[in-house]
Amino acid sequence: MSAPDGRDGVADLLQQLCRTLTTDLGLMGVAMNLMSAAGTTNGVVAASDDRSRDVDELQFATGEGPCHEAFAARRPVLTPDLRAVIDDHWPGYSSAALDAGVGAVFAFPLQVGAVVLGVMDVYTERPGSLSQEQVAAALTCAQLATEILIDGDLFGTDGRLDRDLSAVLDHRAEIYQAQGMAVVDLGVDPAEALARMRAHAFGNGQPLIDLARAIISGFVLPVDD
Amino acid sequence: MVSNERLASVFVEMADTLVDEFDLIDFLHNLADHAVSVSGAASAGLLLADQNDSLHFMAASSESARHLELFQVQHSEGPCFDCYRSHESVATTDLAHETQRWPDFAPRAKEAGVRSVHAFPMRLRNRVIGALNVFGEKPLPLGPEDVKIVQAMADVATIAILQERAIASAELLTEQLQGALNSRIVVEQAKGVVSRDHDVSVDEAFAALRSHARSNHLRLAELAHDVVNGKVALPRS
Repeated sequence: MSAPDGRDGVADLLQQLCRTLTTDLGLMGVAMNLMSAAGTTNGVVAASDDRSRDVDELQFATGEGPCHEAFAARRPVLTPDLRAVIDDHWPGYSSAALDAGVGAVFAFPLQVGAVVLGVMDVYTERPGSLSQEQVAAALTCAQLATEILIDGDLFGTDGRLDRDLSAVLDHRAEIYQAQGMAVVDLGVDPAEALARMRAHAFGNGQPLIDLARAIISGFVLPVDD
Repeated sequence: MVSNERLASVFVEMADTLVDEFDLIDFLHNLADHAVSVSGAASAGLLLADQNDSLHFMAASSESARHLELFQVQHSEGPCFDCYRSHESVATTDLAHETQRWPDFAPRAKEAGVRSVHAFPMRLRNRVIGALNVFGEKPLPLGPEDVKIVQAMADVATIAILQERAIASAELLTEQLQGALNSRIVVEQAKGVVSRDHDVSVDEAFAALRSHARSNHLRLAELAHDVVNGKVALPRS
């Protein structure tokens, strides 16, 4: 891997994730795209291979597809048989994707609550459902990608992929409450607020949950942390 | 035992929320309140499982029930866990006798004034998506009628969460469950924003969000989303 920090490092890590998931689950491919409500940063950020990247780009060329739906609804959009939905869903995208050899597409938002950064699209050639284990692996991968995107500019990448995948994100309510408070305290968007919290906790060798509880009790993160 | 009339009105009210504009998080809080009122228990709470079988707090009728649910989540121990793992309801009439079964949970519950617990699985066919807990202050079991009623409420809640009376596919189940779990996170984030903006506790912030959503006919999760992203600010009371 090149450039262990900054955007290149993030893109490399995400590409590695896409490839790992593709190999582990025996998929056609995986692509991740970044989206914004304003529509300014839309596009594919990483893919397991060129073919999956091209298929994913179709959603931005046609302006329709499962990633747009998953982004708006803030939940996965799973389409085990693309041909079966071609008349109801995304006719332009669906026919182009079918032509490219896609049988099924499974879209998972890269999100933490109200923060939706983008969507991970999982492609298979043959139509059919993912198994429960495959869905769990994909959701975990999406969580990991979200974490990488949020922390990407702040941390190095040492050992990040070696972590216990099931403990990627701490889901305790206090962390999200504190995140909302940090949005107000720092005047930043929610993704930035969570990144600042994690940077502060990391820099002070403090568990994130302890920092969250301190924030709820009135602690205010320094602005230039 | 609750009157038939009251019971009927509870179920009608619950069914009502299933019709058009459905607000999941608000519905689950109402459900916890109703489970308390029909069973005569002290409090109730509800946990949902994610794809890794980790349980997440969704709703509670009171602060103390919320703490007991979160305690079970953090310690991976307690009646809700056993219920989720075994797919069977779990009942204990006196927690004083359960310190071996739940060495962390039993003393904590006693501290919170809870003596009896009944956990009901939230089932869809052969899959369990979470559990509903009912806590009592006295070492008494729920009566057989109450057990049936609360299980029926858990079943209705399961239908509500999955939004489909007959979920045909595993895909739809995953979509709805993940959506529900994420909605809860959005609401927690919004509680933080409102708490700081209005200088109130997170619980007061939640009450303010709920009441604003109700009086303006907004879905709680949608309102919370707009609050977190700065599109909407709650009016100061």
